[in-house]
Amino acid sequence: MSTVDVSLTTQASIARRKLPWTVRRRRLLYGIATYSLAIAAALAFLLPFVFIFLTSLMTDKQSLSSHLWPSPFHWSNYIDVFRAAPLLRWTANTLVYCGLATLGLLLSSVPVAYALARLRWRGRQIAFLIVLATMMLPQQVTVVPLYVMWSKIGLVGTLWPVILVTWFGDAFSIFLLRQFFLTIPQEYIDAARVDGCGEFRILTTVVLRLAKPAIAAVTLFSVLYCFNDYFLPLLYVGQGNINTWPVSIGLSQFRNLHQVQWNLTMAATLLVMLPVIVIFFLAQKVFVEGITLTGVKG
Amino acid sequence: MSLTPAIETTVVQGLPAIDRRRARRRAAWRRRGVVLAFLSPWLVGVTIFFGYPLLMSVYLSFTHFDNLSAPRWIGLANYRYLFSGDQLVGQAVRNSLWLMVFAVPLYVLSAFGIAMLVARVKHGVGFFRTVFYLPALAPPVAATLGFVYILNPATGPINVLLSHLGIQGPLWFQSPAWSKPSLVLLGIWGVGNMFIIFLAAVLDVPKHLYESAELDGTGPLQRLRYVTLPTISPVILFSVVIAVIAAMQYFTQAYVAANIASGQASQAGDVTVNLGFPQGSTLFYPVLLYNDGFRDFSMGYASAMAVMLFIAAFGVTAIILVNSRRWVHYGGAVK
Repeated sequence: MSTVDVSLTTQASIARRKLPWTVRRRRLLYGIATYSLAIAAALAFLLPFVFIFLTSLMTDKQSLSSHLWPSPFHWSNYIDVFRAAPLLRWTANTLVYCGLATLGLLLSSVPVAYALARLRWRGRQIAFLIVLATMMLPQQVTVVPLYVMWSKIGLVGTLWPVILVTWFGDAFSIFLLRQFFLTIPQEYIDAARVDGCGEFRILTTVVLRLAKPAIAAVTLFSVLYCFNDYFLPLLYVGQGNINTWPVSIGLSQFRNLHQVQWNLTMAATLLVMLPVIVIFFLAQKVFVEGITLTGVKG
Repeated sequence: MSLTPAIETTVVQGLPAIDRRRARRRAAWRRRGVVLAFLSPWLVGVTIFFGYPLLMSVYLSFTHFDNLSAPRWIGLANYRYLFSGDQLVGQAVRNSLWLMVFAVPLYVLSAFGIAMLVARVKHGVGFFRTVFYLPALAPPVAATLGFVYILNPATGPINVLLSHLGIQGPLWFQSPAWSKPSLVLLGIWGVGNMFIIFLAAVLDVPKHLYESAELDGTGPLQRLRYVTLPTISPVILFSVVIAVIAAMQYFTQAYVAANIASGQASQAGDVTVNLGFPQGSTLFYPVLLYNDGFRDFSMGYASAMAVMLFIAAFGVTAIILVNSRRWVHYGGAVK
């Protein structure tokens, strides 16, 4: 948090002059008000996690009573939840989806982003506008003909429709990578060209090495997107075999499957939240940089 | 853009000028080949997954189609029904508009408010940033399940807490009046992405602007109005556009909440009972489109709905962008 440190030091140097008591008192009250508000808001944001966690440790009956604190702590819920539904199978499906989609997305989107950012050709502006348009378009607009197409090929009932689409370039990833490629100094690319590198060599050796943060962000966003994706998986496998479901569909049907109780449902809910939260703490920097890259420069 | 494979030409010896011209032409062809090779996956993708279905949606919208027999041309009948006969569409459009008019400003305001708060906090910025961002990571289905339980009217923790304070809590997801506000609460909980963008923008406002404004004798509210807001206006525009488009596609939370709250022991197949539960109050446009197209298999009609959605998305984005010229300031203070 370099920005904050800077503001701290400048304010400290200003504050070195003894300020009048009224100003200091006003600042103190102001600070107390800020912190109280921030802490209150933070508690409100944490509360749902706390309730979900507590409920996941209750017995079946407790979760339907007005008790907020589990007694006794029913840790075995976290074993029973795997017996109540094929959670592991769903997780495996999601992993296959995330892995194949992300790999295909990177292989197809990186060259397009490079061509949009670093090569000169007629129609480049129009192509970029089309990328923006496809990014903004609600997915329901094209969903009917696509469904018909996949049903003709016979892939409805599998996750292939949602995987294969990403192998042909993903608009958001192209956009994000292009924004980053634009910031790479031209000298590096020119130097490689003088050394006789072709565009493909330049891309794989120079650009990709410099663009690691952007690649990391795109990978992360793609994995998260696949993990959370609901609408399209519902469309293609929602009515199919329970063993083809990804986690998102499975979780939404969890309670309906065998009239499962709220305590187990909350345990499953927390288990689904957990991987994402763990990834966040491992890769916090990538997240924040990636989001800022889309926002500030967009 | 004319793109054909590079043509191999034999180098003619002893004619340097022509030779050079040919070499240059050949290099130009090779460059075009490189561009084409880099673009090829996307060119295929944008044709098959964007251009073709867009045109096909328009065609299907003039037909009766159920994915079993061939589409049958019925002219404008789908559109006539959409605009005059279908009461569900009216309800769905009203619900989706409600989201754009009430929820989107609330999301932007709360993200901005939290960002201003965290920007002012001097200790524990990292902690607060994490806490306010974290819920945005909760998978939508999981977050929705959690909220439906927490806001469960009879025994849910929130209403239990409220009753300790002597307040009779509302019926939340069970009540047509409170179901959309409950979804908005869920949305505000997950406003973290927007918050991070706002926080970065707010911390980026040059300090000297505040100092000179202070010297001019402005109060905190005036500094907010004349320094902070104009400087971060491009970020506000970006957030509004993204939030409006997200509101138009709003599906997962509404669909899952209706299913769970209605408590029907429904398999994935049977949803008509709880469509927009309770009483159609969570029936948003994409939910209805999904139901008409993929439950009832009125795919011609769903295509007409899709075409209208396309026009609306295009129109609303254009209106916001044109309108934004009056209040968005680029350059100047921002870098």
